[in-house]
Amino acid sequence: MSTGQVTKRAKYKTSVKDPGTPGLLRMNERKLSFSPHDPASATKLDVEFIHIKGHKHTKEGSNKPPWLNLPHDQGGSYIFEFESFADLHKLHKQFVIGGVLTELEFWATRKKLLDGDSNRKLKQRVGFKSTMILDTKPMADGRTNKVTFNLTPEIKYQIFVLKPAVHRAFLNLVPNKMTEKDFFTKYFKAEYLLSSKNAVAAAAEAAEDDELAIFLKDDDILAQEARRKIRRVDPTLDMEADQGDDYTHLPDHGIFRDGSKEISESQHEQYKRTLSQDLNRQGAVVLEGRTLDMDLEDPRTVAEALVRSRQESDGDATQERLERISRMTEIEDLQAPHDHPFAPLCIKDPRDYFDAQQANALKTLDDIRSKTEQTKCNLSIDEAYGSLRDSVSKIMTMGLSDPIVKPEVALMVLNGLTQNISGTRYQLGKNPQESILDGLPKTTKDELLHHWMSIQELLRHFWSSYPITTTSLHTKVSRLKDAMSQIYRHLEEIKESVQSDFRHQVSLLVRPMHQALDAAFQHYDADQQKRSSTRIGESPNGYV
Amino acid sequence: MAPAPSKLYADDVSLLMVLLDTNPLFWTSSYLPFSNFLSHVLSFLNSILLLNQLNQVVVIATGYNHCDYVFDSSLATNQGSENGRMPALCYDLLQKLEEFLVKDEQLHKEGSEKGLASSLLSGSLSMALCCILFYDLDICTASLCLIFRRFFDQGHSIHNPGYVAIMNSIFSAQRSMVPIDSCYIGSNNSAFLQQASYITGGVYLKPQQLDGLFQYLSTVFATDLHSRTFLQLPKSVGVDFRASCFCHKKTIDMGYICSVCLSIFCKHHKKCSTCGSVFGQAQSDNESASNLKR
Repeated sequence: MSTGQVTKRAKYKTSVKDPGTPGLLRMNERKLSFSPHDPASATKLDVEFIHIKGHKHTKEGSNKPPWLNLPHDQGGSYIFEFESFADLHKLHKQFVIGGVLTELEFWATRKKLLDGDSNRKLKQRVGFKSTMILDTKPMADGRTNKVTFNLTPEIKYQIFVLKPAVHRAFLNLVPNKMTEKDFFTKYFKAEYLLSSKNAVAAAAEAAEDDELAIFLKDDDILAQEARRKIRRVDPTLDMEADQGDDYTHLPDHGIFRDGSKEISESQHEQYKRTLSQDLNRQGAVVLEGRTLDMDLEDPRTVAEALVRSRQESDGDATQERLERISRMTEIEDLQAPHDHPFAPLCIKDPRDYFDAQQANALKTLDDIRSKTEQTKCNLSIDEAYGSLRDSVSKIMTMGLSDPIVKPEVALMVLNGLTQNISGTRYQLGKNPQESILDGLPKTTKDELLHHWMSIQELLRHFWSSYPITTTSLHTKVSRLKDAMSQIYRHLEEIKESVQSDFRHQVSLLVRPMHQALDAAFQHYDADQQKRSSTRIGESPNGYV
Repeated sequence: MAPAPSKLYADDVSLLMVLLDTNPLFWTSSYLPFSNFLSHVLSFLNSILLLNQLNQVVVIATGYNHCDYVFDSSLATNQGSENGRMPALCYDLLQKLEEFLVKDEQLHKEGSEKGLASSLLSGSLSMALCCILFYDLDICTASLCLIFRRFFDQGHSIHNPGYVAIMNSIFSAQRSMVPIDSCYIGSNNSAFLQQASYITGGVYLKPQQLDGLFQYLSTVFATDLHSRTFLQLPKSVGVDFRASCFCHKKTIDMGYICSVCLSIFCKHHKKCSTCGSVFGQAQSDNESASNLKR
């Protein structure tokens, strides 16, 4: 039921002017339902599509928010406003249509949003079933001696993959010597003989029929591969050492298969297969996965395609084997370290940068001040003593200055000293349940959030444009700077317009925004200065 | 270094030692004329004495060549000024201060050229501590208030000749649980005064509005130690904990430390210049690096 369901966040509106109820819209083939976020809200919907007469929606790329308008047979209509990317839409409207950014620039930073979507579309291929097709059981009707095997293209494909010898025989014999049907009849006859565990009978049959013998004998291709695999084993591994641990000398590791215990008969060894071999082969094939992605209807084309894919992988395998041997047999002490040359990634805390800027600014200020002090400090010691004594005698005759401190100055000092302990400042941010934003009037909150988003968008573009290498980047940066200074002014206005109760909170929220913008402006000015100074510096050298 | 554990001050009677910077060289270049400075400080001292009848104030002047007591409220003669425009306290103090300046100048003229370009902080600190120990601390609580105009302790300007002496006086103050409040009138922050206040649990303040100095002094430094437990006094944002090395008096943030007497050196020495311990030969770079301590 839930297969074709779409779930979206949306606002449900009964009319165009309705502000809307936020909630979840679910749609499947039969009906749509809407459940509001607020469980107390009564605007629940559960409508079958039979009642819907048509649908309208806003065009892509238009300036309106994405709406879905579904008129129903009672004369009204259900309107849903989708809010996903509503913020993005707002930003797009503001900057692209406002001319600050071009369409291309705007979307360039958001490529990854699309990447996420396309990844999800990647189709997962169906792998092999892990059931053993070798166990394909015959169906006996119980009256005659006839048994029936059901064969599908899928099973045929699996047989080819699992048994390279059968695959080879098919390529050799069909359709030159026998039909496909005869081939598989023979194959299953052999399988039946093997499953009956009657090695003597199998040996007798094999002696009579050459083609049947192919299926009855051990798969020589597999055997060859097994030998190759043994060669490929890590040369440092001593296989003889753990020979005592294995159970291969026991038939089927002593596991009962098909309910009957096997009787080992050494002279007909080649007509027997062990469970472990089958399991290993099956496991290997399942893990390798499907190498062919095609229609499995015609066994002949499947068989040929399989040959091609196998050759490709064989080439890889030998190469890999060589690499492995060279890796395994090297004596570690004599080799150069394996690590790849790399440059360490240097990620710095951006705060360091801002702190350093601030410290530098303060330092220059202090330097200037101390320099002026140094220059004034040129009096001789005698003069210094004189002036000091003068001031003492001056105060003795004149008395203390009255008033000692001007009231305005005193108030300023007092405010300065108690600034960081005044009430709200001290309480703010202490309560995790209380968000400063929530305490503000809704319009202010929305405005602040929107500005913050805009600033982030602009800053993202701004910083990514540095270093400025082309004129287009230069114009882009100056456009961005203008837009940012506009927002800067807006923020100032918000700060001033807001009521005195909230002014402090707002200024707290606005401060980081201003700081971020200030950093950008500072960088812009510094860069601009550098550019103009190099231009001036160049001209006398005849570069103009 | 943890700040000193604060005593449980049960009484709000206080003994206040005020160290005044009277180094003539520093005052000539000030934004704040010395006479204005004095009137702020005198008002401050007056208000301290008004806060509690048992309060006691001792003023020590720190000059260019020597330092001396210029005022002690317990010894004050209640002799009024000639024209009555001045409280008795101020008149006494100013007279003493004038005498002090004359003597300082005389000492300078006598040719004792060892006058330091930095104020004699260590000397005046020691005098103040002695005075505090002389008065009975069972009756009142003592605090030190340093009011300094300028203090050369930046490593790059002039090496600190009195580093060890100053640090020792600061540690003595810490041991006798005397908080050192410092008011610094200058451009850069003073690392010494910051450390002194931090170690002893006092307040370090660098006033921004110099014409409101009295307001700063009376708001921050006039509070007695008992009341400080209820008040939120300005906290220092960051303290420069860098030390000066004993060999070149350079301010360093990494150096060598004598394992016996904890003297600090900016480079490896064969023998500790303070306690004479012979250091082992640094065998390899690795080993010397391990001796490096922040």
